[in-house]
Amino acid sequence: MSEWIEIGALDEIPRLGSRIVQTRDGDIALFRTSADTIFALRDKCPHKQGPLSQGIVHGNTVTCPLHNWEIDLNSGEALPPDEGCTNTFATRVENGVVMINLAAS
Amino acid sequence: MKKDKLVLIGNGMAGVRTLEELLKLAPDKYDITVFGDEPYGNYNRILLSPVLSGEKTIEQIMLNDIDWYEQNGITLHKGKKVVRIERARRRVVAEDGTMAEYNRLLLATGSSPFIIPVPGHELEGVIGFRDIKDVDTMLAASKRYQKAVVIGGGLLGLEAANGLLQRGMDVTVVHLLDTLMERQLDKTAATMLQRSLEQRGLKFLMEAETESIQGKERVQGVRFKDGSEIDADLVVMAVGIRPNIELARECGLHCERGIVVNDTMQTFDPRIYAVGECVQHRGITYGLVAPLFEQARVCANHLAEYGIGHYEGSVTSTKLKVTGIDLFSAGDFIGDESTEEIVMQDAAAGVYKKVVLKDNKIEGAVLYGDTVDGAWYFQLLRDGTDISEMREQLMFGQGHLGNAGHGGENAAAALPDDAEVCGCNGVTKGDIVKAIVEKGLFTLDDVRAHTKASASCGSCTGLVEQILADTAGGDYSAAQNTQPLCKCTDYSHDDVRNTITQEHLTSIRSVMETLDWRTPDGCSTCRPALNYYIISAWPDEAEDDSQSRFINERVHANIQKDGTYSVVPRMWGGITSPDELRAIADVADKYNVPLVKVTGGQRIDLFGIKKEDLPAVWADFNRAGMVSGHAYGKSLRTVKTCVGSEWCRFGTQDSTGLGIKLEKMTWGSWTPHKFKIAVSGCPRNCAEATIKDFGVVCVDSGYELHIGGNGGVRVKATELLCKVATEQEAMEYCGAFMQLYREEAHYLERTAPWLERVGLAYIKENIVEDADRRKVLYERFLHSQKIAQKDPWAEIADDSEKSGNFAPIKVVNATGLTK
Ligand code: SRM
Ligand SMILES: Cc1cc2nc3c(=O)[nH]c(=O)nc-3n(C[C@H](O)[C@H](O)[C@H](O)COP(=O)(O)OP(=O)(O)OC[C@H]3O[C@@H](n4cnc5c(N)ncnc54)[C@H](O)[C@@H]3O)c2cc1C
Ligand code: SF4
Ligand code: FES
Repeated sequence: MSEWIEIGALDEIPRLGSRIVQTRDGDIALFRTSADTIFALRDKCPHKQGPLSQGIVHGNTVTCPLHNWEIDLNSGEALPPDEGCTNTFATRVENGVVMINLAAS
Repeated sequence: MKKDKLVLIGNGMAGVRTLEELLKLAPDKYDITVFGDEPYGNYNRILLSPVLSGEKTIEQIMLNDIDWYEQNGITLHKGKKVVRIERARRRVVAEDGTMAEYNRLLLATGSSPFIIPVPGHELEGVIGFRDIKDVDTMLAASKRYQKAVVIGGGLLGLEAANGLLQRGMDVTVVHLLDTLMERQLDKTAATMLQRSLEQRGLKFLMEAETESIQGKERVQGVRFKDGSEIDADLVVMAVGIRPNIELARECGLHCERGIVVNDTMQTFDPRIYAVGECVQHRGITYGLVAPLFEQARVCANHLAEYGIGHYEGSVTSTKLKVTGIDLFSAGDFIGDESTEEIVMQDAAAGVYKKVVLKDNKIEGAVLYGDTVDGAWYFQLLRDGTDISEMREQLMFGQGHLGNAGHGGENAAAALPDDAEVCGCNGVTKGDIVKAIVEKGLFTLDDVRAHTKASASCGSCTGLVEQILADTAGGDYSAAQNTQPLCKCTDYSHDDVRNTITQEHLTSIRSVMETLDWRTPDGCSTCRPALNYYIISAWPDEAEDDSQSRFINERVHANIQKDGTYSVVPRMWGGITSPDELRAIADVADKYNVPLVKVTGGQRIDLFGIKKEDLPAVWADFNRAGMVSGHAYGKSLRTVKTCVGSEWCRFGTQDSTGLGIKLEKMTWGSWTPHKFKIAVSGCPRNCAEATIKDFGVVCVDSGYELHIGGNGGVRVKATELLCKVATEQEAMEYCGAFMQLYREEAHYLERTAPWLERVGLAYIKENIVEDADRRKVLYERFLHSQKIAQKDPWAEIADDSEKSGNFAPIKVVNATGLTK
């Protein structure tokens, strides 16, 4: 299923920060990097379900606020030596508007 | 710009350490050339003993391989011995004619084993124990021959003898005196040591003076003054070392036993510096790495032209690196009429401990069989701590001090493998040791990454570091306080702080640019630290970056395991009122707060609040006159108080009143780690002031001020700073102490470890003895408080844009999450 949804303006997400999209089945975290790339991840850390949206963003990585696992924003995978993965969603920015495709990959 | 030329002679431990320190401070200042007459990169000489005994390989003890020199643009002439320094032309010449010019020259030629010039000393098979070549010679001999004689029963001799024994040789140790290691051990310990080495199979010839070495080409035996003889296929002389000073002496530098240097490690020619075993500083030459590394740091600082730092000499301690034998000694352990000694001996268990005291301070210590407390005694010795209060427990060790505090450093060695070291992540000592051994880990960061030990609350960091030191070997960690801040940089906390101050840097970006950060945005370790450092250095100008703060400080509440938050409003000095309680009850009702709890810090906590409700909760509290309690911050937390003289029949002063004043003065202040205060009305100490960062205990005649305590995993009781007569003084000392801590401690270093690091004497110098300094610190504290004391709740609740950010950006119905 390919379903692009308009989320809001890029500027509503702070640089090196995050906002969440609430869905029926849980939150999706939208991250904005220093290069203005937007990533979307299921807002649950593979470790103990910590809210990744509340972590510190650096490079293409977010550090989970609960126990400091580092998650790759691109793949949703925990960086070694930790192991685990969370769902990612395709995103794109058109004319300053953030879109996300809710088909999880 | 043309770079200056720096030439280093001697590619050993002290010289290369100086370069490492220099590259951290001023990576681009010099074109560096290194001459080393050994044909290798730089290796850890002290681990030659485990190489000899077969516990380590040469690869494992390399510190910097050839690549390192290349990566840092250093020209390495390995296997080239410098034979001449031409000071007038400022160049050095090597044996093969290689020449190099210098603007600055660094001598680090180390020392050579002393070979007793008896007849036969030049025979094949007679060697010292100093470098890889010697180890190779010994290993080759152990394969072909049987009998080894080690002349010298000191540290090095015994390590050599043990190694050769492990390699299957029949080893006799010959010693001139009647006790082994007489410079490090007293008689009792030396006898115990000798006995257990004998049990392992070493033979000893005591009080034997070598007269000659027999043999035609290769050594065949050793002959003594009393006429006796023994057979030998290998003779290792370990009777002392001689600083390598010929080169320096020949070019006219002033030398005595070593190359004479001043406190900035300069020789009599100010262009020429010297560090390591070849130098003589204030009349002393050193033969252990810890002091040499201190010299290296000072020297690098001056080469970088920072011009701060003086080397003032070192106290050293000794450990014997023979697996299975625990031995430690430090300071003056023999004593005289003016000293007293406490001795504990358990011959059956093979334990002997002796501590020499003078004026209630430790002068020296010898430990045999149980060295767990060696580091602790050494610390007490170096700090000159008054031990009168712990005298009774002193010999039972630090573990026994229990709640009386004073840390728990050397518990590591004593722990069984299944002991849990990191309570947060459930990591045992066995897990840590296994990871270190199997993965070949060297740094705390590595251990954190692979085991998660010390990766959370960090309270077990000391223990983990010690396990690392015990397992990975190398007992030179004492000299290192310069670990990089994180993996994004090679600079230490202190380097970064100094640069921020000196270069007037007010944003995280500018710090990263100035210090060439390796990562574009840093990481979750360095960003919060940098943010704190710029705020504390430049309170008026710093750009506080909220995205570089941990979530709790970003949303002014504590994140919980389920992603909700807890909210603690401030209650000055722990005093509340019916109105405040009503406001709390109203918030709890209105937002369906699942749990309301009285905290360990005498405040009230509301748990389970959703992020999007936070701004509204704050607005309600603000309306009732309540502000953020900062229960979440690396900041002033709470000021606990007891009832005090207003009500209590024992109270001597108004502890609640003073507590409230202190909290009004200090709230909102950002600190390296959390900072807690308490005021007790009398020495019964109901507010537990002696386990706080700053504690006041009221007495009839005034106020006792205590510093550097904490609860937590490693309970630490405070140290007494001083006593003052008035409330106003108590406030001033408190502000000054906090400011010193704010300006000088490393980020995430609480006052207790900071105090342990810098020493009580240093704090007293700044806060008690130097009234001007205290006033200046206090004023700087009050000034930064003018900027810091803004209720963050009000700021966000009032700002619709900021408070909007707390809600979801969008709510959607569809989702692919479940597919
Ligand atoms: C809420 C509270 C427990 C309670 O319900 O009583 C609490 C809760 C937490 N404490 Fe505490 N501590 C609380 C009082 C204490 C006390 C008692 C005190 O302050 O007198 C201590 C011992 C005193 C001390 O700090 O030395 C205490 C020693 C710790 C430590 C160990 C500190 C240390 O340096 O060893 C940690 C770990 C840390 O900070 O790294 C810690 C960490 C925490 C954290 C922040 C753990 C975390 O990172 O999530 C907990 C936050 C819970 C939350 O979301 O609110 N808490 N904690 C108390 C809040 C006090 C307040 O009103 O602000
Ligand atoms: C087996 C052994 C075990 C030890 N165990 C411990 C221990 O447990 N704890 C501890 O603290 N210390 C220990 N030490 C002592 C420690 O290794 C030394 O204190 C330290 O290595 C001295 O450093 P340095 O740089 O001054 O000298 P070195 O490391 O010896 O470096 C000097 C270098 O300069 C080179 N050199 C000299 N002259 C010239 C020249 N003219 N041209 C070019 N190159 C030259 C030498 O070849 C050498 O490589 C041990 C030493 C040995 C040998
Ligand atoms: S509140 Fe403190 S003691 Fe209790 S579980 Fe949390 S950190 Fe541990
Ligand atoms: S829940 Fe994310 S690190 Fe533990």
